[in-house]
Amino acid sequence: MAKTAVQEFTKGLWAEIPPFRLVLGLCPTLAVTKSVENGIGMGVATTFVLVCSNILISLLRNTIPKKVRIACYIVVIATFVTVVELVMQAFAYPLFLKLGIFIPLIVVNCIVLGRAEAFASKNGVLASLADGLGIGVGFTLSLTALAIVREVLGNGTFYNIPLFGPSFEPFSFMVQAPGAFVCLGLMLCMMNILGKK
Amino acid sequence: MTDYILLIVSCIFVNNILLMQYLGNCPFLGVSKRMETAVGMGMAVVFVLVMAGAITWIVNTCLLKTFGLEYLRTLSFILVIASLVQFVEMFLRKSIPALYSGLGIFLPLITTNCAVLGVCLINIMEEYGFTQALVASFSYAVGFGLALVLFAGVRERIILARVPKPLQDTSIGLVTAGMLSLAFFAFKGMV
Repeated sequence: MAKTAVQEFTKGLWAEIPPFRLVLGLCPTLAVTKSVENGIGMGVATTFVLVCSNILISLLRNTIPKKVRIACYIVVIATFVTVVELVMQAFAYPLFLKLGIFIPLIVVNCIVLGRAEAFASKNGVLASLADGLGIGVGFTLSLTALAIVREVLGNGTFYNIPLFGPSFEPFSFMVQAPGAFVCLGLMLCMMNILGKK
Repeated sequence: MTDYILLIVSCIFVNNILLMQYLGNCPFLGVSKRMETAVGMGMAVVFVLVMAGAITWIVNTCLLKTFGLEYLRTLSFILVIASLVQFVEMFLRKSIPALYSGLGIFLPLITTNCAVLGVCLINIMEEYGFTQALVASFSYAVGFGLALVLFAGVRERIILARVPKPLQDTSIGLVTAGMLSLAFFAFKGMV
């Protein structure tokens, strides 16, 4: 408990950055990083759910009975996911259509449930808020990094702006399913090399 | 009849849930290190997914649509899946202990397997009828098991190979999954 909120926040940005250090939440990572726009949208949505559910679970941590805690966490998380779903339908409809099935699937994103179980159920409100925000921002950064590589190589664009002119032949392998796996694998490898120092 | 055959082929191969739709990747990388665990997980998923597909379809049609509560879909589906997994676990422990010890720890893990919730949502979005939903759930689950077993076979060999240090474990796993995905990519355009 000696750690400050700032430390909880910054550990999500490097020491425990998902999905590279915590290998969780791979499905949305692979699926939505076809373009930078989708990556950022997914990251922000997940961050919102992560922060809200961490706060609520931390407030309720003494009330929730131990035996049914996982079910309680899932209900809390599903509620916030429904909020995100409805808000996105109202204010960001094109993005909602692009992300499609992966918005409701934030419920089963292991990162959110993992943080609820491993952190929010044992720590105070402020620390849980910082933890949720840190992990969420870290997740958004990783999604954006992966999306930049895939969109620039696979489509020749960055945030839908063409980069290379008409003669560029897109490396379309990158925006397809196989490219997603290979690209994430190689980035994980790079993180391992960088992290060893 | 042709419709159903096309649906089965498309769900198992063309739209393979793991390698083409990117669902259920956490257990895919987690339990694929040994063949026995992969087979156990595959069987557990087939078992739960068919039941979950049927029940969520009924819940959606009879409860949510009738009372105009579609916005509660995510919440109710995940509750159905969580309680179904719990129920199946209790039932198997009492009546078929052999199967229960075979599936072991994989049953509770299925609650947070996004392939299950994903397939239930796909069934609703594609507006399948009841039989179609049942067939689709079964075929997706078989596709999941197939990809998992294939991948476990490859991974058992990788353990024997000399992999550079930074690439070890998850990293080489993902690159291998990419190659496997490339093989399934060839089915595209078949249906």
